[in-house]
Order: sequence, then C-alpha cells, then structure tokens
Amino acid sequence: MRGWMGKFRSLFLFGALTMLLTGCGIENISALKPKGYGSELLFDLMLISIAIMIFVFVIVMAIYAFVLLRYREKKGQEHIVPKQTEGNKALEVIWTVIPIILLLVLAIPTVQATFDLADQSTQGDEGVLTVDVTGNQYWWQFDYADQEISTSQEIYIPTNERVYLNMKASDVIHSFWVPAISGKMDTIPGENMNTMYLEAYEEGVYEGFCAELCGPSHSLMYFKVIAVSPDEFDQWVEDMQNIDPEATPETTTAQEGQELFNNNCMSCHAIGGASAGVGPNLGNFANREKIAGILQPSKDNLVDWIVHPDEVKPGNQMPAELVSEEDAAKIADYLLELDHSDVGNDLEMQSVEE
Amino acid sequence: MSTAVAQKRGLGAVIWDYLTTVDHKKIAHLYLVSGGLFFLIGGLEAMIIRIQLMKPDNDFISAGLYNEMITMHGTTMIFLAAMPLIFAIMNAVVPLQIGARDVAFPFLNSLGFWLFLFGGLMLNVSWFTGGAPDAGWTNYAPLSTTSPGHGVDYYVMGLQISGAGTLIGGINFLVTIVNMRAPGMTYMRMPLFTWSVFVTSTLILFAFPALTVGLFLMMFDRMFGSAFFDVGLGGNAIIWEHLFWIFGHPEVYILILPLFGAFSDIFSTFSKKRLFGYSAMVFATVLIGFLGFMVWAHHMFTVGMGPIANSIFAVATMAIAVPTGIKIFNWLFTMWGGQIRMTAAMLWSIAFIPSFTIGGMTGVMLAAAAADFQYHDTYFVVGHFHYVIVGGVAFGLFASLHYWWPKMFGKVLNEKLGKLAFWPFFIGFHLTFFIQHFLGLMGMPRRYWVFLEGQGLATGNLISTIGAFFMAIGTIIFLINVVYTSVKEKKVSGDPWEHGRTLEWSIPSPPPHYNFVQTPLVRGLDPLWVEKMDGKEGMTPAEPLGDIHMPNASILPFTISLGTFIAGFGFIYQVDDPIWLVAVFAGMGLTLGSMLTRSLKDDLGHHIHKEELEEDIKKGVGK
Repeated sequence: MRGWMGKFRSLFLFGALTMLLTGCGIENISALKPKGYGSELLFDLMLISIAIMIFVFVIVMAIYAFVLLRYREKKGQEHIVPKQTEGNKALEVIWTVIPIILLLVLAIPTVQATFDLADQSTQGDEGVLTVDVTGNQYWWQFDYADQEISTSQEIYIPTNERVYLNMKASDVIHSFWVPAISGKMDTIPGENMNTMYLEAYEEGVYEGFCAELCGPSHSLMYFKVIAVSPDEFDQWVEDMQNIDPEATPETTTAQEGQELFNNNCMSCHAIGGASAGVGPNLGNFANREKIAGILQPSKDNLVDWIVHPDEVKPGNQMPAELVSEEDAAKIADYLLELDHSDVGNDLEMQSVEE
Repeated sequence: MSTAVAQKRGLGAVIWDYLTTVDHKKIAHLYLVSGGLFFLIGGLEAMIIRIQLMKPDNDFISAGLYNEMITMHGTTMIFLAAMPLIFAIMNAVVPLQIGARDVAFPFLNSLGFWLFLFGGLMLNVSWFTGGAPDAGWTNYAPLSTTSPGHGVDYYVMGLQISGAGTLIGGINFLVTIVNMRAPGMTYMRMPLFTWSVFVTSTLILFAFPALTVGLFLMMFDRMFGSAFFDVGLGGNAIIWEHLFWIFGHPEVYILILPLFGAFSDIFSTFSKKRLFGYSAMVFATVLIGFLGFMVWAHHMFTVGMGPIANSIFAVATMAIAVPTGIKIFNWLFTMWGGQIRMTAAMLWSIAFIPSFTIGGMTGVMLAAAAADFQYHDTYFVVGHFHYVIVGGVAFGLFASLHYWWPKMFGKVLNEKLGKLAFWPFFIGFHLTFFIQHFLGLMGMPRRYWVFLEGQGLATGNLISTIGAFFMAIGTIIFLINVVYTSVKEKKVSGDPWEHGRTLEWSIPSPPPHYNFVQTPLVRGLDPLWVEKMDGKEGMTPAEPLGDIHMPNASILPFTISLGTFIAGFGFIYQVDDPIWLVAVFAGMGLTLGSMLTRSLKDDLGHHIHKEELEEDIKKGVGK
C-alpha cells in the first residue's frame, strides 16, 4: 500500500529533493520523515508540488536575472526612449496555458489523495479498530469503545493496520496532528464529528500535537501515538481490560496515596475502563512517556504538577493546591505504581541534544 | 492652502484643520501617520513574539500574554497598519490619477478615516484595561466566545467600528472611479493602480459585510446572551469560521491588489516603457478579485468538510495562480527592453518579484487540499503568508511611499538612506520567514508559546529571530529617512522622476488644494507620456479656466466616530454593570445627533474664484 508516487522517486529531481527534505527534523516528529500511510502519501504530494514550483521559479528567475543584467540604464543613455511595446499575444498565451497544464498535473494527485485520506470504506468491518478521540483543554482522551478501555495522552495502535479515529472536542476546537504518521484533523465541539485514519509502518513512539489555538496551554497539549505490533497490541488491550481500580498497591505510602486519590481526585479522574470526561483516565499512568504531556516522568515532577498545575500548564482545569505537598507525594507513589502493561516499554521517543 | 501656508499658522489651527479636513490629500496624511504608528506597534509585538521563540522553553512572556501578542500582532498588522497605509496611498493618488479634484464623497472619506482610527484606538486600549484579545486574529469560536475578561469584546467592537470605516472608504473609491474620471479617461486608459483600487473597492464592498455580520453575531453571543456559536444551546461554532473567511480571504486580495497596481506603475515608470500586456493585466486583476471570493474554505481543509468540498476549493485556489502568473510575466516583460533606473522605489519592486513568487508557490502547495493536512496551522503557513504579505504588501508599501512621497510632501525621500533601509529589511525578511516553512514541516505548529528542547527546532527559530532584528533595523532607517528628508531635502517639481507617465505627475508636488486648475483632457493610456511624446509640456485642458467648486471642512465625521467609540465602551462594560448603558446612549446620541445635523444643515461647499486661480498660475501652479 505504498503511495503510487513511489516509482517516480527514482527520477533524479525527486531523488535529490527527497534527500534534501528528509534531512530536516527528527525521526517520529517530522512530517519530512514519513513513517505512515498518510504522511507518506502527503510527502509524495509535497514532492510533486515542490518540483513543479522549482521548475516555475527557475524560469521566472532566469528571465528576471537576464532583464536586470541586460536592461539597466547606463550613463549617457538617459535620453534614450525605448520602444513602447504593447504586448505579445503568443507570449501571453504561452504563460497562460503552461501554468494551467502544470496545475492540472498537480490537481489530479491532489484530488486523488484528498479522497484517499477521506476513505472510510472499511470502518466497522470485523477486526478494524476505531478509537474515539476527544480533545480537551489541554489533554487528549482515547476511548476504545469495542474493547471497553480508555486511555488519555497516549494512543496505542497496531502497526500496518488502518485505525479509524472518530474525533470530537469537549470544549473548544482542537486539532489532532501526528506529522510522522498522518496529517491533521480538527476536533470540534457539538455535532460535527470528524473521522480520519492512522496507519503506522513501524513500531515506535510518535509525537502528536494540538494544532489549533485552544487557549494559553495550546503549545503544551502534546500526546503520543504508540505503535506496536498487532500481537503486542492485543496483549496491551488485555492488560488494560484487566486493570482493577480497587487493587491494593504494594507500599504503605501508595496505599495512603490511593485513599487520598479516591477522596480528592476521583470526581474528575478515573482509573480503569470508565471514561470520566472531566479529567484524564489515569489507568496506565506509570506507563506514560510524559507527565501531563510535557514533564519527564519523575516523582518530583509529578508532585510539582499535582500541587501547582497552573504553573506547568497555564489555564488548565485542575485546581491548584488541592492537596498538600506531603499528600501529593503519596498520591504520586500510588500513581507511579499504576504500571499495568509492559507493552511498548522498549520503545523510546527519539530526540536529539541541541 | 498649501502646506507652506499651514506651517505659518499656529499648532492649534493645524490640528483643527486636520480634524475637520475633507481634502483627500490631507486624509492621506492622516491615514499615513496613524497607519504608520500602528505598524510600529504591530512590529513591536512581532519582536516580542520572536524574542519569546528565540530558544526552547523560553519564559520571556507568559502563555496568556503570548496569545494576546499574536492576536494583536495579526489584527493590528492587517486591519490597523496594512489597510490604512493602503488607504493613504489610495487617497493620495487615485483622484490625481483620474484627473479629479477630490473623491466623490469627501465627507464620507473623512468619516471613514475617523471610524478606522477610533476602532483601532479602541482595540489597543484593551492592553490597559485588563488584557487584549487572545483568541488569535481569526478569533475562532468557541475559544473566543468563552475567552474570559473583555479582551475579545474589544476585538469585536474595535473591528466593527474600524470595519465600518473601511466599508465606507471602499464605496467612496468605487463611486469616485466610476464617476469622477477626467474627459477621455476611459476604463481602459486608467492607470493600473487606479484599476486595482477599483477592483479592491469592489472586494471591500462584498467582503466586509460578511465580517460585519460575523462580528454582530459574536457581539450578541458575548454581550447579550445569544447562542449562535454555542453548541451547548444548539449553535454551531463552524459558522464563525465560514463568515470570517468569506471576509478573510478576499481581505488578502484587498491588501495585495492595490500594491500590484502600484508595482505596475513603478515598473513602467522606471523602465521608461508602457506596461506590457495592459489589457491582460486588467483582466488578471479582475479575475483574481473574482476568484478571491470562491476559495475561502481553503483555510478550512482540516475542519472536516469532506473530500468533495475540499477538492473543489483546492482546484479553485490553484486557478488563482494563473492570473497571478500572468502578472509576474507581464512585469518582467515590462522591464524587458526598457531603461531600468534603480531608484529605491524600483529596488523594493524588484525585490518583490522573487519574494512574492515564493509566496505564491507555497500558496499553490497549500492549495493541495490533502497536503494541507500537514501544512495547516503550522509555521509553513506562517512562512507562506508572511511571504505574500510582507514580500508583497509591505514591500509594495515601501515602494509606493518612495514613489509617491514627492507627490504627497513635495520632497523625494533620500535615495541613499532608502537603499540603506532596504537591504537589512530584505535580508532580514528572508532570514526570518524562509526557515519557517521547514520549521512547520519539522513539527512546529503555529501559535506555539514555547517549543521544547530536543524537537530539533532551536536553530531554525534562532535564525528566524535574528532575521526579525534585521527587519527592525531596516524599519528604523526608513523612519530616520523620513525625518532626514523633511529637514534636509529640497523641494521638487511636479515630475521629479522625469519619466512620469500618469496624470499625478502633471501637477505640482504637492498639488494645490483643488489639484487641477483646469481638468485635463486625456488622450490615451499614460496621458502625460502621450503629451510628452508629442513634445508638449503639460496636459491640454478640457475646460476653460473658471470657478472651482470645493467641499467645506467639517468636524461632524470626527464627532460621529467619537460617538461610536464612546458607545463601544458602553456595550463592552454594560455586561458588568448596567450603568454603562449611559455611555451607550451618550455615544449613540452624539453619533446620531451629528448625523442629524449633517442631514438638516445645508452644506453647499465653497468656490475658488477664477481670480485666485489666476494668481496661483502666476506663482507657477498649473505648469
């Protein structure tokens, strides 16, 4: 199912362009290093359009350079009056018709790709996964309705399969974007539900962004797409289904933390299958790559986040100083034990030192 | 009543003169000064944004303030800087280019300006009253309808007031160009700048009402409890996006078309050649204006309109590249075979071609609907629209100001300083925005307050910030040039570029109050050039010397606008306390009372008598 443009890659220009562009950005983040069906299709479309545009630009610049070098007024020529040309029919037809042809060359694959990415023909078929995505200020909720599991901030998908996303927002408009795997689609409050699909070619942790301005913490609304092999994915689903929200943690501080959590946090949050809606489901909290989408997973960071959420993500809904720092530490102990599945633990987010 | 006379009077008299003037040349000054001031404010906001994005995880300003900055930067630059500066050029030039003594509705011209200014002031007052609007210049619901505080209310009221001013201005220029052309000035003899202002005015007439409607719905949602955009009560948030872009897309052509016209005049003048393919240029301008209304939804490819709508809008958008391409080639071939004189105005115009071509090309890339799923709302888009708006509109404004400055103020802007301002701005512009295309695709969404360490975005952002400083340096040199020129440069004749082709160069710089002693007779495209080629010194008059009827000055446009300004605050704050309704009634009372005065009191204008004109001619006017 590779993009149909694949064969054109062998052409020199495309080869050179591909080399040039794929040098940009970081694996699993950049749209210029495509690792999924959608992003690859779109990367090919970009290459076609860039090639056409470079062709046009070179011609324009050649005429431009010639004109500027050749027709500058020179000393002593101030009184020469050039011929007052009115126009040239043939030339004007040429620079009208050629752009139209070039645009048609671009329009055809554009329309094809547009319909391809909007395809929903297999949604609902046996074994085809659909995940309900909800954008919230400033976190993402992922409900696997058929599997009766819920997660937030991290969406697990099987590789090399189409996973459909039914997308909505609970408050303002957000936009779900995973550049390395697919394009983006807005999540909208109300009755407008959008559908798109993801298909990742390789296992990995992919960076996801909110791409529509949604308030002060818009730029902190990251999420991760975790693509694992279909077998591992089934394992993960089973692990998630087996989460027992009532299970007693091992250490005493964590037990105290559980009680504190149940008393203070459960009105918004949830552990396990239920999708609470107001705050994220924390069922697999200890498996997350990041705390609140941005902080490194450490106890200190977690305590800081629980006590002063507004300093980490300005404008978010979680009340500040709901619990003392001591209590927060206990809650942190509890949450960091919510480690129900080791699927995907071997995968790491790529990053570079700058 | 030339400026020389005005300077001898007291400051108070000058201020009163400008408050009441209906002279298009003075209104041009007003637009220029206030538009320039807002341009500096918008530029300062841009610098703050770039400083914040200088390095990863920066905390130069807070997240909330950052959103206010980006919102106000966009809103200010589009509505309060680019639009009025374009109106400044339009006012200064169009009546002169068509051989008219003023615009069709001088009173409305003044009203349009004061409404714009008070709207702009209102928007900026929000900085001091608890926070500026923070939902982006696009102000999407429900983020805007639920935004706390009064910031978005200022956006709604400020734009409503200044938008009314723009609409009035647009209608005025439409009527002026239809009705006020000198004898012989047929449509197909109009200079390209006048043509493009004509098309732009038509776009204003049809596009701004969509914004007006959207803003009214937003106003009622925020201030009077309606629910047009509230999904909880059966509204729909997407309607705002449609209304906004039905206005917003034509708006970008409203901005760029007049400057396309200005470039056409500048290329022609400084190549000493008539415009290549004049009819094709006119046709392309009209076609761009027409297509500009068919493509608004390309801003909404990711909203979920479905593949059919997306494809239609994609192909329609691509079609705009054809007339734009025609223009680029016609400009190149206008210079082909000419005698190119590299003045500062020409330098800005020359720089425009590659810059705008890049902007146009990324525009076609964005038009590919599916690929827009990657580009949309990233720095790729930011790069694209700055290439067209800075590379097209800002370059065009600098070029136009250099070109028409002598006509507006009687002095040529210093050429050396002009070129010195150009280079840092030009280099800085490409440094700032070229890299942003790549940043976007590497995973930097638009309107991000911070980007994180380890995302590979640090180098690009640093380069971009450095570029912004270069642009600031260029702007400062330009300002220095304005001061230097007004102090040091000498007065010039009516045709300072020597190769002036159009009517404005046939009269003194700056022109007398009544522009033309005798209305000129137009005998072809580039009327002054036609006369020059026939060996004549100036235009042939189309009428005998006689009394000239001119409109009277009036303070009423100012008071009408002041009333809306006061009422605006009343509307915003009556939500908190009904006592503010007093301001609504007082303000509307002032506005409606002024209108009533205007309706009831006859204002027949005044005459400049033949004897005065003969005096002026002795002093050299009219040659």
